[in-house]
Amino acid sequence: MASLLGRFCRKLVVPGSAHGSRMTSTTACGSETVKSLNLYSAINQALHIALETDPRSYVFGEDVGFGGVFRCTTGLAERFGKNRVFNTPLCEQGIVGFGIGLAAMGNRAVVEIQFADYIYPAFDQIVNEAAKFRYRSGNQFNCGGLTIRAPYGAVGHGGHYHSQSPEAFFCHVPGIKVVIPRSPREAKGLLLSSIRDPNPVVFFEPKWLYRQAVEEVPEHDYMIPLSQAEVIREGSDITLVGWGAQLTVMEQACLDAEKEGISCELIDLKTLLPWDKETVEASVKKTGRLLISHEAPITGGFGAEISATILERCFLKLEAPVSRVCGLDTPFPLVFEPFYMPTKNKASSSSSLSSPSKNTHFLIHGFSRLL
Amino acid sequence: MIITSTFLYSWRWIRMTCQARQENTCTCRPCKPVTLKHILYGKLCTQTSLKTQYLSSFLYYSSSFSSPLLLVLFADMAIWFARSRNIVFSLRHNLNLPGILIKRDYSPRPAFTNSQLSSKSSVFLDSFTSLRHESTAVEKQLDLVQQSDEENPDQELDFPGGKLGSTSKMKFIPESSPLRVPCYRVLDEDGRIIPDSDYIPVSEKLAVRMYEHMATLQVMDHIFYEAQRQGRISFFITTVGEEAINIASAAALSPEDVVLPQYREPGVLLWRGFTLQEFANQCFGNKADHGKGRQMPVHYGSNRHNHFTVSSPIATQLPQAAGVGYSLKMEKKNACAVTFIGDGGTSEGDFHAGLNFAAVMEAPVVFICRNNGWAISTHISEQFRSDGIVVKGRAYGIRSIRVDGNDALAVYSAVRSAREMAVKEQRPVLIEAMTYRVGHHSTSDDSTKYRAADEIQYWKMSRNPVNIFRKWVEDNGWWSEEDESKIRSNARKQILQAIQAAEKWDKQPLTELFSDVYDVKPKNLEEQELGLKELVEKQPQDYPPGFQI
Repeated sequence: MASLLGRFCRKLVVPGSAHGSRMTSTTACGSETVKSLNLYSAINQALHIALETDPRSYVFGEDVGFGGVFRCTTGLAERFGKNRVFNTPLCEQGIVGFGIGLAAMGNRAVVEIQFADYIYPAFDQIVNEAAKFRYRSGNQFNCGGLTIRAPYGAVGHGGHYHSQSPEAFFCHVPGIKVVIPRSPREAKGLLLSSIRDPNPVVFFEPKWLYRQAVEEVPEHDYMIPLSQAEVIREGSDITLVGWGAQLTVMEQACLDAEKEGISCELIDLKTLLPWDKETVEASVKKTGRLLISHEAPITGGFGAEISATILERCFLKLEAPVSRVCGLDTPFPLVFEPFYMPTKNKASSSSSLSSPSKNTHFLIHGFSRLL
Repeated sequence: MIITSTFLYSWRWIRMTCQARQENTCTCRPCKPVTLKHILYGKLCTQTSLKTQYLSSFLYYSSSFSSPLLLVLFADMAIWFARSRNIVFSLRHNLNLPGILIKRDYSPRPAFTNSQLSSKSSVFLDSFTSLRHESTAVEKQLDLVQQSDEENPDQELDFPGGKLGSTSKMKFIPESSPLRVPCYRVLDEDGRIIPDSDYIPVSEKLAVRMYEHMATLQVMDHIFYEAQRQGRISFFITTVGEEAINIASAAALSPEDVVLPQYREPGVLLWRGFTLQEFANQCFGNKADHGKGRQMPVHYGSNRHNHFTVSSPIATQLPQAAGVGYSLKMEKKNACAVTFIGDGGTSEGDFHAGLNFAAVMEAPVVFICRNNGWAISTHISEQFRSDGIVVKGRAYGIRSIRVDGNDALAVYSAVRSAREMAVKEQRPVLIEAMTYRVGHHSTSDDSTKYRAADEIQYWKMSRNPVNIFRKWVEDNGWWSEEDESKIRSNARKQILQAIQAAEKWDKQPLTELFSDVYDVKPKNLEEQELGLKELVEKQPQDYPPGFQI
């Protein structure tokens, strides 16, 4: 997989909500120590920093003690002790419920759900309790210290239960935040922001990138703001919006389109809830076309929300219908994975990306090949 | 003669200690057709502990020259020790009756260990039951679970969970015990203390305060219920029949203990100082409601009183209580988490999650289950097949007790003891308080549709916790008829005033619809708020009055 590099320096702005974390200036990233890390190492670094900077923070979940099934929690138990980093019984509703209790007492609880596919037993605790904790109490109580981390997305051989992208379920819940990083450097900054954000956050990590993505990651403590989308590639003909691992696919599609003379603007949403409508809106007003891509099944996926919002706001500026290149409406298959996935050729051949000059001929038929 | 008698004593003792001897399956030397040679070698039965083996060796070898009477005494003590370790232990525990409950010596368990349940705690449970109940059936039933008499000590098996004895006899543990777990009570139906009860004494001041709160709770239930019937509030849940659980448990806790309620425990909040006006404000959702009018009535919450906000989903508070308890443990606070659940709620997955987590994390949590017989219209016979909830404690490695929930003194003692255990030993405790839900599930329910009216009457009249406690308080000379009418009329007046005031006040300002979803209002909510304000200003007639824009 191609690593996404280079232009990230310009967007490393740190928000003012940090709890004593050190800030980094955008231009200084060259002089700060950086190390080549993959995604799980970057996450690991973020967790080390989080536990170091707040003595009342905890990391727990199934198998986190020895380092976790994806090695995201290596070294934590040895360094911070078994009372702060520990294994839990195999019970997602217990993990999240316990985390809510800890967070409600003013601690930071960074809980791990082993695979996003297994998050559903905790859905009641997340939706009915965590999301409403502050609101229903009239702000007398809150569980903002809760962060739920889960590996999500295709991995090549995961099948139904090791490949799911459930972000859409959570984007429908007022009161929580949903954050998805695209690369190691982003992951570290976004995870630290999520942990320190005073609201419960569901943080999905693209498991495909745990080892595959390698990037220069600053070693110090830095945060990337939530609810701020980033234009990672500027263009003028079409806007592409995505998140997580899908951005590497879309980057390829952009390169291919460029060969045909189509200039693509690529946006990483980063935070899906609450999402940065302004950045996408500004971009679409500039380009006049929008293509959204995600691995999750197309029907009811988060792409629908983006599409509807942009249509409301940019209708008169649009030159073509909003296009969605997503997973099929099936459970995530094993042997059929290459056919299921929204690959770059699906993106390229979608009506929006092919021949933008023939704008009057855009037919929804282009979609039928995908659906 | 002396030597012979000593020899015979040690010999008898060896034989008696080997239980397998009786089955002729023991293969250790003293029990096989034994010759003098075996005793001389000092190789003893593997049933006995190392300590007693040394003791026996000492006995044997010194029998020839030391004082024989002393040795005989020793041998007898050794017999006691080897055979009835448990009983001796429990006797030692019980030497300070009735101080047993006031001055307890719990050796504090080290924090953060993953050690299995120590034998001490199971002994405590055994001694407690054997204390009050002469029925040997109870002891037997415990023995059945603890130790199979077919165990072959030579075939000890090692598994990841530790060592186990094995048995070649296939025996299933019965699904139920011949006797149900007995219910701890102190007061009888006439409000008299049952002779020889263990209980923590309650002073006049405390008893009167408890009774006053129980009476106030009754009046509050009655008036708010009527207010709902009159359409003044939308919904209400009463605690009729469960006043003792509400007040006595609250009285047994310290104000620093964090309470996570279900929804039928407003008495806990009342005890802690939540005013009648505050109750009324929440029910009307007016501008003074701490909850800012967002939830249905009876969903009280107060951070000042360490009382988490009630939420409708059942049992979700149980794993949260485990987390709260763990936080208190890490901060080394002298406090525990206390959480309530009904009989129905124990069927939820969160019950399993909450108890298991609390046990594994060794969190100081007191789980109080109000077994009132009904989950809306579902009787407990349709809820579980176990002997109630108390037996489930053992499944999680949690100490548990069943208590008469209509007996305020018993509830007080049990909760107080459980709280001390939870804090001192840093462990969860489970209390099953047996009671009856006299009222309907809520104002949306008519329980006469699914249960007999005379069943309800019986519990209301003959097993009424408030009446029982009043009798006891009156018998002590601490309460009179005059006090009774005074408390009831005062409570009534205050509650009516509170309701009238709460009803008149304005509702919350409209902006509170949009705040607190997150710590800071996000852009989408700012936009939605603007849009709604415009709409309401344009068409005020379509919207209820009293909401300041």
